[in-house]
Amino acid sequence: MALFSSLSERLNHIFSKLTKRGKLTELEIRQAMREVRIALLEADVNLKVAKNFIAEVSEKAVGQEVLTSLNPAQQVIKIVNDELIALMGPGNAKLEVASKLPTVIMMCGLQGAGKTTMCAKLAVQLKKQGKRPLLVAGDIYRPAAIDQLKIVGAKAGAEVFERGTQNPVKTAKEAVDYARKMGFDTVVIDTAGRLHIDERLMEELENIQKEVEVTEILLTVDAMTGQDAVNVAETFNQRLSITGVILTKLDGDTRGGACLSIKAVTGKPIKFIGVGEKITDLEPFYPDRMASRILGMGDVLSLIEKAQEAVTEQEAKALEKKMRENSFTLTDYLSQFEALKKMGGASALLAMLPGAGKLKINESDLDEKKMERIRAIILSMTPKERDNPQIINSSRKRRIALGSGTTVQDINQLLKQFEQTKLMMKQMRGGKGRRLPF
Amino acid sequence: MGFFGKIKDALRKTKENVSTKMRQLFLKNKLGDAFYEELEEILISSDVGVATAEEVVSEVKEEAIGGKIKDEQFVTDLLKDILEDTLNEAPMPAIKYPCVMMFVGVNGVGKTTTIGKIANYFVRNKKSVVIAAADTFRAAAIDQLNVWADRAKVRIVKHEEGSDPSAVVYDAVSSAKARGTDVLLIDTAGRLHVKENLMNELKKMDRVVEREFPEAHFYKFLVLDATTGQNAYSQAKVFKDAVSLDGIVLTKLDGTAKGGFVFSLCGELHIPVVFAGVGEKLEDLELFDAEQFVEGFI
Repeated sequence: MALFSSLSERLNHIFSKLTKRGKLTELEIRQAMREVRIALLEADVNLKVAKNFIAEVSEKAVGQEVLTSLNPAQQVIKIVNDELIALMGPGNAKLEVASKLPTVIMMCGLQGAGKTTMCAKLAVQLKKQGKRPLLVAGDIYRPAAIDQLKIVGAKAGAEVFERGTQNPVKTAKEAVDYARKMGFDTVVIDTAGRLHIDERLMEELENIQKEVEVTEILLTVDAMTGQDAVNVAETFNQRLSITGVILTKLDGDTRGGACLSIKAVTGKPIKFIGVGEKITDLEPFYPDRMASRILGMGDVLSLIEKAQEAVTEQEAKALEKKMRENSFTLTDYLSQFEALKKMGGASALLAMLPGAGKLKINESDLDEKKMERIRAIILSMTPKERDNPQIINSSRKRRIALGSGTTVQDINQLLKQFEQTKLMMKQMRGGKGRRLPF
Repeated sequence: MGFFGKIKDALRKTKENVSTKMRQLFLKNKLGDAFYEELEEILISSDVGVATAEEVVSEVKEEAIGGKIKDEQFVTDLLKDILEDTLNEAPMPAIKYPCVMMFVGVNGVGKTTTIGKIANYFVRNKKSVVIAAADTFRAAAIDQLNVWADRAKVRIVKHEEGSDPSAVVYDAVSSAKARGTDVLLIDTAGRLHVKENLMNELKKMDRVVEREFPEAHFYKFLVLDATTGQNAYSQAKVFKDAVSLDGIVLTKLDGTAKGGFVFSLCGELHIPVVFAGVGEKLEDLELFDAEQFVEGFI
């Protein structure tokens, strides 16, 4: 069970030494941001991009109040995460349509990024929208690239236009004429993989752009790309002013920080992501998912969100006060269980909770059926009994058992468990720092 | 085969290399914590693994403090030596004949092209070569390999697209044995290391060679794209666990990426880099040389 990722662990460590809650101070932020920077670099975010990003986030974070429902580490992660989403979004899966048909889409990118496969995936997508795409074989250099496009084109049910090893600029022009004549509304041009520093081949792309009216120029980038993604994206964008980016091979285990780098230097939307080898494996881009992936901590983030949804700030404050005064009642106990349920049940929560193991919660105590039973028992009590459990004598227990469809032993067990919880809360108040996360 | 400094030249293309960044760093900072922190980041920005960058820099720091050195040239040389030592932690395998070389890796790293170049390398060294087209999955992969086999003027064993890759391997082994071929090169389909069924398919090919050709020296090479980032480590580790690796082929070094991840692969996983791809032509392949690589890298 992946309880929590190293970033949240390290941030927790920093804040355990530092914070008594309240507002985030500059020193805390600075120390935390060093960890965030390492996390971003480990995810392949470009160094310069990471530095700029962090400078901006730090400014925003200093002086921010720590939400009651979160701890300082979670608060920092939330700020970083929100900024990542803002920077990478909005995703825009829509392909522009030319006013004068056909719409021409040109693919470009380094060797092995996955352009040819992506052409077929786009064709499938376009056909789903009721369009008639024509694929154009513009990679005349790589051996058998034309054959490959023909095969994947056939799988996608799209016609492939090719002129052998004729100059790709000429081929592109002829393809567009052909499309106009034959009623294809969209032309997708596959091009050879090329290094961004290859002058001759970059010129070839510029010439295609001059000869035919290109609506979309999509830079295809391997999601596993490292620091160099910035150079690649910057050069392609300068030479061709690309209109969007497609990230491929995201079905691997890469954190995909290249995505952030590319967005930061080009400002162009990430339009699609490739998530598999089948020609239907194409998805729109979701900035929030990508942010979690880059931070390597999807679970903690969804916990933060769920905690925010399930517990309002006032509720959390009231609970804390009760804990402080040791006036925690069975009613509160019940509302805690309700909150748990909102957050996806105990087992889901346990899996996401940093430090849950340390609270000595027996997982079987929290199984869903048992929680239902606890709920029934507490609801069968009178309000007075819920506030003062000590008045529950054996005749009351029998009544409650009957009302909730349980046994007296179940009532005893719950009362014992409740006392233990109260004791645990007392200890937690004594022991510094650790708070209930909800 | 002699060196023409292609690896170094390829790496030198980068405008902002480590040494210019270090120069700026020296101008800006005295040797101190801030200096070393930034040095670490410079290495990471060339795709050196984060843990390895930390280790290397702390070694530089220790030496520099111990020797009371503040001189830029000395620190630069020290860094080079430590990086070179890291590469040398994984010794180059000695190639013995007859041999089988299987090339594995994720999609799009350049396996097929690499095999064409390596075939040519052995032909020029007067060895007989046969290629097995065991990427039966990707559309037109067999045709692509066929073109390379023609260019290098070597034989190729191939089946239909979509057929069982292990069967191709079996036939190629039989053919190499029958003809007493020196070198059998096996192309495999690109596969992401996280896909268990595809990794199992690879293990099966591995077993077929082990079982059918025990007298051959069997080398398994992971092909890695120099533009890859920190994920290279994960790839190497998973492929190593699946089929054990004898070396790495580092491709696309003619771009602006430097493949800094190799330091972690040599230093931590002990997998040596054996060949480097430096262009698209048949002869654009070099035997890897640690010293030259570090010279170009810094």
